[in-house]
Amino acid sequence: MTAHPEAGIRASGLTKSYVSPRGSVRAVDGLDLEVREGEFFGLLGPNGAGKSTTIAMLTTLARPDAGTAEVAGVDVLRDPVLVRQLIGVAPQRDALDRQLGVAANLEFRGRMFGMSRRAAVRRADELLERFALADRGKAGVNELSGGQLKRLVVARALVHEPRVLFLDEPTAGVDPQSRHNLWELLRELHAQGQTILLTTHHLDEAEALCGRVAVLDHGKVIACDEVAGLTALAGADTVVTITYDSGPPDRVKALEEHGAVSRAEITGTTVKVFTSSPEVVLADLVSYGYEAGARVTGATTIRPSLESAFLMLTGREYRE
Amino acid sequence: MTTTTASDTTAPVRRVSAWHAFQVMTVRDLHVLRNDLPSFVTRVALQPALFVLLFAYILPKLGGAGGITGSTGASASTVLIPGLIGSTMITAGLVAVTQPLVMELAYTREIEDRLLAPIPTWHIGVQKIVSGAVQSLFAGLLVFALAYFVHAGGQGPDVTAGRLPLLVLMLVTAAILSAALGMLAGTVVDPRKTATLFTVVIFPATFLGCVFYPWAALSSVRWLQVLSLLNPLVYVSEGLRAALTPQIPHLPAWAFLPAMTVGTAAVVWFALRAFVRRVSA
Repeated sequence: MTAHPEAGIRASGLTKSYVSPRGSVRAVDGLDLEVREGEFFGLLGPNGAGKSTTIAMLTTLARPDAGTAEVAGVDVLRDPVLVRQLIGVAPQRDALDRQLGVAANLEFRGRMFGMSRRAAVRRADELLERFALADRGKAGVNELSGGQLKRLVVARALVHEPRVLFLDEPTAGVDPQSRHNLWELLRELHAQGQTILLTTHHLDEAEALCGRVAVLDHGKVIACDEVAGLTALAGADTVVTITYDSGPPDRVKALEEHGAVSRAEITGTTVKVFTSSPEVVLADLVSYGYEAGARVTGATTIRPSLESAFLMLTGREYRE
Repeated sequence: MTTTTASDTTAPVRRVSAWHAFQVMTVRDLHVLRNDLPSFVTRVALQPALFVLLFAYILPKLGGAGGITGSTGASASTVLIPGLIGSTMITAGLVAVTQPLVMELAYTREIEDRLLAPIPTWHIGVQKIVSGAVQSLFAGLLVFALAYFVHAGGQGPDVTAGRLPLLVLMLVTAAILSAALGMLAGTVVDPRKTATLFTVVIFPATFLGCVFYPWAALSSVRWLQVLSLLNPLVYVSEGLRAALTPQIPHLPAWAFLPAMTVGTAAVVWFALRAFVRRVSA
């Protein structure tokens, strides 16, 4: 597929304030963003960072106070109706039609976006099959499980074959297995060229799915890079933690001299080591213990991750 | 899996007509109404049927319905029919718009789903009014049908060709008025207070809306007669009286026609404005 930058998202200087009882709150403050066609792009940030407001502006649900945005090559302020036609939105709170059945939810959506009745029925069947809901077509929305509900929300956003798909916390509150099922479906969509903008609270979700990620804080993009690039930002060290059954061996106390170790912390019988070669260090720590007659009772390694990057960027622990 | 989901971005965009989306939303509403038909009919017809039973049958049997027939000599059911059609329509249209709207705005967020349809926001408001008006009209016709079974001999609704245009105009404007009032209520009233809306506004408006007596009969309670003119239902009831039972005294056309046409247009305008403001952040 050839690149059409105009088929993605381009926003510059987006600003939006809300009036609250405690005065005006600037939810989004001069936000710049570019999502290329075919990208699986993640929007990350703590609560109140401005993710939802950004999505609302890009999907024409909120009007920016300042700035411009183009989605699928169309200006959201100048032609919101056309933007709505070209995008699919899976909102965090589902907004499904509770008075229609599962299949009817998809069919009416398709017809609303210009499909004939027959085409809409065919498209609904296809999506139900694909999203493992084929046997639930006649069920009411309220009869679905949490995972099925989330799949229906994504299927509904896809009915009219949108150019840009917005997923706002698509797996919030879903059990791990349903979550992985949905991830699989999203990866498939992406592989077929679907442009996707995802917001998520779960850093592992962004790591698992997204190519590039923007980190939002206080309504601004504070970092935007490929997942690997952001991770490297936080430093290359893996943290190896090992616990012995008795006081740490003497050689462990002299770890700072170990060529592969940049830092070591000892607390009681537990040793925490920051290193770029976790495999070597872990093997050495085990053998030091063996030499001194101390048994290893536990060991973990934490690789550099978005979580550590997030901590570094925002100065805050990530909380889901 | 052979399906493709990503659309071909090089293809020119064929704009979906807003009118199409409008129609589909209305079809959706009618589809839901059809599935809900038995409860809709019960909800709409039960109250007027009970009123007719009370005023046209029980009270006369007890000898206590003198107040309602007034000095005109008309039977209770004849006085009641236009009023009941009017009050049923107003309530039905109002409920049809207010109830789902309050839910969509406050709880289910379903409104977001409509707002994401390829249609200008104010069209969504118009569509909701049209849907509500259709339900109101349906309710009115239901009561109208009911009326044929209960009227007193020679005093039933008399639809002559000459008054048919007036009847149609009254039914259509009353339907639109009720739905627009519903939208105004649904957007302006705090969702937690919709029950209060019904007890504090709708019930008094119905009881004092010239449903059970013609406006002219109020001349003995002058202050109420004047105050009644603020109640939209009065114009609906009196206009329907002029169209259906002209032998009963009713407001002159120069009074109810402007109220129903200009008044309805004004309420629609305010309702749409309130709706668009409410849903756009």
